[in-house]
Amino acid sequence: MLSIKNLHAKIEDKEILRGIDLKVKPGEVHAIMGPNGSGKSTLASVLAGNEMFEVSEGEVQFNGKDILEMAPEDRAREGLFLSFQYPVEIPGVSMVNFLRTSINELRKYREEKPLSASEFLKLMREKKNLVDIDSDLTNRSVNEGFSGGEKKKNEIFQMAMLEPKLSILDETDSGLDIDALRVVANGVNKLKRPDNATVLITHYQRLLEYIVPDYVHVLYHGRIVKTGGKELAHELEANGYDWIKKEFGDK
Amino acid sequence: MATEQDKILEEVTKGEYKYGFYTDIEMDMLPKGLSEEVIKEISKRKGEPEFMLEYRLEAYRNWLKMETPDWAHLNIPEIDFQDIIYYAAPKSKPKLDSMDDVDPELKATFDKLGIPLEEQKQLAGVAVDAVMDSVSVKTTFRETLAEKGIIFCSISDAIKEYPDLVKKHLGSVVPPNDNYFAALNSAVFSDGSFVYIPKGVRSPVELSTYFRINAMNTGQFERTLIVAEDDSYVSYLEGCTAPQRDENQLHAAIVEIVAMERAEVKYSTVQNWYPGDKDGKGGIYNFVTKRGLCKGDYSKISWTQVETGSAITWKYPSCVLMGDHSSGEFYSVALTNNHQQADTGTKMIHLGKNTKSLVVSKGISAGKSQNSYRGLVKVSKRAENARNFSQCDSLLMGDKCGAHTFPYLEINNNSAKVEHEATTSKIGEDQIFYCNQRGIDTESAVGLIVNGYVKEVINQLPMEFAVEAQKLLEISLEGSVG
Ligand SMILES: Nc1ncnc2c1ncn2[C@@H]1O[C@H](COP(=O)(O)OP(=O)(O)O)[C@@H](O)[C@H]1O
Ligand SMILES: [Mg+2]
Repeated sequence: MLSIKNLHAKIEDKEILRGIDLKVKPGEVHAIMGPNGSGKSTLASVLAGNEMFEVSEGEVQFNGKDILEMAPEDRAREGLFLSFQYPVEIPGVSMVNFLRTSINELRKYREEKPLSASEFLKLMREKKNLVDIDSDLTNRSVNEGFSGGEKKKNEIFQMAMLEPKLSILDETDSGLDIDALRVVANGVNKLKRPDNATVLITHYQRLLEYIVPDYVHVLYHGRIVKTGGKELAHELEANGYDWIKKEFGDK
Repeated sequence: MATEQDKILEEVTKGEYKYGFYTDIEMDMLPKGLSEEVIKEISKRKGEPEFMLEYRLEAYRNWLKMETPDWAHLNIPEIDFQDIIYYAAPKSKPKLDSMDDVDPELKATFDKLGIPLEEQKQLAGVAVDAVMDSVSVKTTFRETLAEKGIIFCSISDAIKEYPDLVKKHLGSVVPPNDNYFAALNSAVFSDGSFVYIPKGVRSPVELSTYFRINAMNTGQFERTLIVAEDDSYVSYLEGCTAPQRDENQLHAAIVEIVAMERAEVKYSTVQNWYPGDKDGKGGIYNFVTKRGLCKGDYSKISWTQVETGSAITWKYPSCVLMGDHSSGEFYSVALTNNHQQADTGTKMIHLGKNTKSLVVSKGISAGKSQNSYRGLVKVSKRAENARNFSQCDSLLMGDKCGAHTFPYLEINNNSAKVEHEATTSKIGEDQIFYCNQRGIDTESAVGLIVNGYVKEVINQLPMEFAVEAQKLLEISLEGSVG
């Protein structure tokens, strides 16, 4: 589904991703962990097509297509979803209007008819229950005045609505209390299907108690320096990142 | 992309030849230049009564003594008033046989704007078949109005048919010596609309200039007078969203509204004058004096405007709140792109007791444009308990444009409560990227954000107008981000 080969990316001549290799197959859950500043969000941004970053080397295939040349909206239409670490506020644009536009864009790309207002509202009700999001939130402007936790829930709600093939969740767990964390994790688990995949970016092990990953990767200094099963997460939890830094730090 | 609209506009104007217009135009016009003789001739050719000629001449004499106004925040080239033709009889517009003859790009613009086919035909100069629905719609429309005693006709006809009404109200809100362009308009105005709503009558339909035959091409010195008697109501719409081009660069219109006791007048306009090419060449200079007088107690006047056009716009729809408990509202969206300059705003003059005013102004600047809001709230000594709330927001797209807000307050009564809020925001790249990531391309994202931003104003417009206005804003901003 996703295949990243030797991906390098930089911003303002500062190289941040320094050769990433990663393969994600349908049905899999991958966790990417690593200390702050190691490049996790950058990887997510680059995959989603944020033009702030310049890809200097490497290739990325998604559904067999080279997506590096694709506009960010087309990547989204292909089924790539990013739950933002810091979701932005868009004043004046209601969640309902935003999501409906979004869904219909994706449908158009797949040559499906746009959802009617009633179909859309029905879908929304269904998915709202799934992530236990307040009706009040969907009537407000996109993320405007949402608390940190509400923003994260809203990302998962959008994921539920858009049914992506590949979801990249960037620190969706951070800033959540235990109840909210459970809700988010629950949502992700319920949305899991054999034909979609999830990449969880986190630097705590906490989320992985609820969503069990098939693989855990450690990203450090722009490279994946270690890959293992879920026990690797426990190891990190127990020993911190210092041993990684010592082992893989620049000499 | 930025020039797509320009290109279409260019085609529209060039199209006259390319698409086989013929020039069977009966020209009845006076030579260039302005003098008492010219004004006498205008009045004579229009068959006006004596009082009208006197009115025009007095305005002209005033105008001669006036100085060109201080150009506020605008950068305006000198205008040669002797190089303008002040009278040209309505020429028969060249006609096309069918919509198939219309420039496809122009048609595409119309479709994008969602302009109904009948209206498209009018705008494109296609002959409208006499048995077409629109004609019967128009006839029914006129009959409905006549039954209620509503007068809705051209101001030229009104001057001849209802001279007493015109004499009583014309210039009662905007006197001929009000300002430079008002004086000029009063001296030479060509045509415009007249609306009269009798006592106790609520107009059952929205009065739109579209329904007034010969409403198109009223020329550069348009004059509108709306009179609403006690307990009446009318909603009046003017303008259209289709790009309008005119060989006359200078436009100086006057709109006067009089609202008597408990009368309510809603005036909505969407204006899309040709703004000039992307270097600002060839656009319309639009200097408008719009003023409403809430003459009676409990009367209400509300202005709603969406402006995307003109090279230079200078207008301040105002309300004079004379009656006790009267109220004025001003809702505005002014969008500037490329090299456009807009200096707009409103004046709320509180004279009566317990008068209220509300201002919601939304400026959008893109390209290298300059967008200024100027708002005056004046509370006279006698105006006990005046209330004003003003909300002035600016949205910037890119970093080469400018937005300026100038609130002016003149408060002469301590009981007044005046509140002003202003915000400036930018469409951020992160907002655009967020939309992109949800499958929404940049242009649609800008559209979404802009339409969200102007919602409060657009909601004031009648339904179909609102939809057109939204699309117009999107088209006007195409290519201005990303
Ligand atoms: N917009 C930016 N401008 C400059 N440097 C940036 C920018 N975004 C991220 N970086 C740098 O890239 C590195 C990786 O950041 P990030 O991908 O956010 O890390 P993580 O998500 O793993 O905490 C950090 O050193 C950070 O300072
Ligand atoms: Mg991060």
